[in-house]
Amino acid sequence: MRHIISILLENEAGALSRVSGLFSARAFNIESLTVAATEDPSLSRMTIVSSGSDSVIEQITKQLNKLIDVVKVVDLSEAPHIERELMLVKVRATGKDREEMKRIADIFRGRIVDVTESSYVIELTGDCSKLDAFLEVIEHSLVLETVRTGVCGIGRGDRILKV
Amino acid sequence: MQLTGAEIVVKCLQEEKVEYVFGYPGGSVLYIYDEFFKQDKFKHVLVRHEQAAVHAADAYSRSSNKVGVCMVTSGPGVTNAVTGIATAHMDSIPLVIISGQVPTHYIGQDAFQECDTVGITRPCVKHNFLVKDVKDLAITIKKAFYIAQSGRPGPVLVDIPKDITTHVCEFEYPKTITMRSYAPNVKCHSGQVRKALQLMLEAKRPMLYTGGGVILSDASSQLVKLAHSLGFPVTNTLMGLGGYPATDRQFVGMLGMHGTYEANMAMHHCDVLVAIGARFDDRVIGNPADFGSVPRKIIHIDIDPSSIAKRVDVDVPIVGHLPEVLGELQALFDEQKSKPDAKALAAWWKQIDAWRGKNSLKYKQGKEIIMPQYVIEKLYEVTGGDAFVTSDVGQHQMWAAQYYRFDKPRRWINSGGLGTMGVGLPYAMGVRFANPEATVACVTGEASIQMNIQELSTAKQFRLPIKIINLNNRYLGMVRQWQQMFHGDRHAESYVNALPDFVKLAEAYGHVGMLIERPADVEPALREAFTKHKNDLVFMDFITDQTANVYPMIAAGKGLSDMILAEDL
Repeated sequence: MRHIISILLENEAGALSRVSGLFSARAFNIESLTVAATEDPSLSRMTIVSSGSDSVIEQITKQLNKLIDVVKVVDLSEAPHIERELMLVKVRATGKDREEMKRIADIFRGRIVDVTESSYVIELTGDCSKLDAFLEVIEHSLVLETVRTGVCGIGRGDRILKV
Repeated sequence: MQLTGAEIVVKCLQEEKVEYVFGYPGGSVLYIYDEFFKQDKFKHVLVRHEQAAVHAADAYSRSSNKVGVCMVTSGPGVTNAVTGIATAHMDSIPLVIISGQVPTHYIGQDAFQECDTVGITRPCVKHNFLVKDVKDLAITIKKAFYIAQSGRPGPVLVDIPKDITTHVCEFEYPKTITMRSYAPNVKCHSGQVRKALQLMLEAKRPMLYTGGGVILSDASSQLVKLAHSLGFPVTNTLMGLGGYPATDRQFVGMLGMHGTYEANMAMHHCDVLVAIGARFDDRVIGNPADFGSVPRKIIHIDIDPSSIAKRVDVDVPIVGHLPEVLGELQALFDEQKSKPDAKALAAWWKQIDAWRGKNSLKYKQGKEIIMPQYVIEKLYEVTGGDAFVTSDVGQHQMWAAQYYRFDKPRRWINSGGLGTMGVGLPYAMGVRFANPEATVACVTGEASIQMNIQELSTAKQFRLPIKIINLNNRYLGMVRQWQQMFHGDRHAESYVNALPDFVKLAEAYGHVGMLIERPADVEPALREAFTKHKNDLVFMDFITDQTANVYPMIAAGKGLSDMILAEDL
């Protein structure tokens, strides 16, 4: 099962390596990991997408809680939540492909943020499946480069992760 | 008060009432050592290798429940210490390790004796710090002591760059500390405790299985009282020995890979299992699938939530500080009327006594060759069962655990989790510093002892009258045993060739050496060592049977009831 784990942790040097080191040392899987400081600069917020059986996910949250720098851990996927990922795709855009690329980007509510004579950079946000779907739809040979941020997520409504 | 970083380190250690710092100086910690020189509130123990400094501090803590403190220099000082730190981490021992680091502006430049200390030690500490500003130094050391000994204890490392030790700032040692990211839960859930007691009272075949947590949290007296109230059988893990008196009628011996027949059978067949400060590791329950195939209810009490439901599913988890949880169980038991099912319990004990009848630790001592088990039994007799016993790792460790019956906690000091050969002698040193009048025996083998043999020199310098019981079978005994049983008896690299003359070696370091080759000499030699040479370090080289194996044995990956007994062979 895929889980999205949100972590509030002290914004200290080395905190990221404590988390990533824990995952590799205990053979837990990381699909994506994002981290940045919060509105309170002494805290970082990290989102990890992982997968495993219920007992593995339970161990992951327990082990994360055990890290001294970790303030709070929440499994976002336990309840309604929003997840978003940002992707930048550089595509070859020449001839008839130029128009087609623009059209598909529009359908996915992507934005073209860089244009040259032969290429576009398309910016796309959404959940993972939307970004995957976009890559499925466009002609593979036209994709020059992709970069994805990894997932970040937030609980809906009254679910708030704060100190 | 304006102080330098080096002065602050010393002040902090004094504020923490540190008695001994085990360490080894070097370039990065010279300012700190200079301040050591100028004070006499705590003593420094100069070891001969940094690994031994950490082991000695570790055993100082294990045998006293104080925080062990060590000091090493940057680079190789730290890397040498890593085995010691990992050893303490696996057994949850509270240590504060202070390491020197190259000056702040050299970090990352591949400077002389530089290594990424925080990175190298990160997976084997409870937490570590790199101090980047002298203003953070005092609070960081305060945090280190707090983290090391609270919750599930463990080693904490503080890495201090050399320039920080010369910088000056105002010093005030914080009295208390609160951290928003760390507040270990010690108060247990009363509802869970009630549920647990209910299950225990309904049990037909109950079992108490207790581990190192009982020792670490000083919960032994609460455990004994509760066990006596309930009348349940008790088994200890290797780390838990002494947590429950071995000579008590309810004690069924150690369990696990080399546990007694009755302990493993009772563990396998019980219907309600109460795990107390233990973690169901592979050397204890063998194959978790096999263990799980027998229906039983499990109550698991531990300070660390991540230990619960890690290897086996648990019915009643209780997170808390053991003395309090056991105290609450006791109070609940005392105030309510129902008692354990006496009839079922009597039948259960009858079954256990039948298993006991197998006498799974029996062995034959002939007239010619010394059996290793016999040496431990005689050691037990000669020391009146009251010695602190440290061990290295291997067959001798298992024999010491099986045949020396520990009645008190903190008397059995060994590396259970990491299984570090070479701990025995530095452990014995640490024990003796913490317990200056105590009788200390180090049970070891001719291979393990050579992994930290240089500490004979430290023991001489500090006049530590340790008795080294060297069970010398000229083999890496446990390796040879596995090769015999599982690798076609091919002894790949397990014969220990070119051994030194240990008597002469001991004498070269200024100690007493004894060679014991005949069974009849075992007891007289031990008596001589512990009486005539009471104040000397005595290296007793016992030439023992080369083919003796440790039984009972559960092969790796097998179930608890699948034991190989000596009589089967």
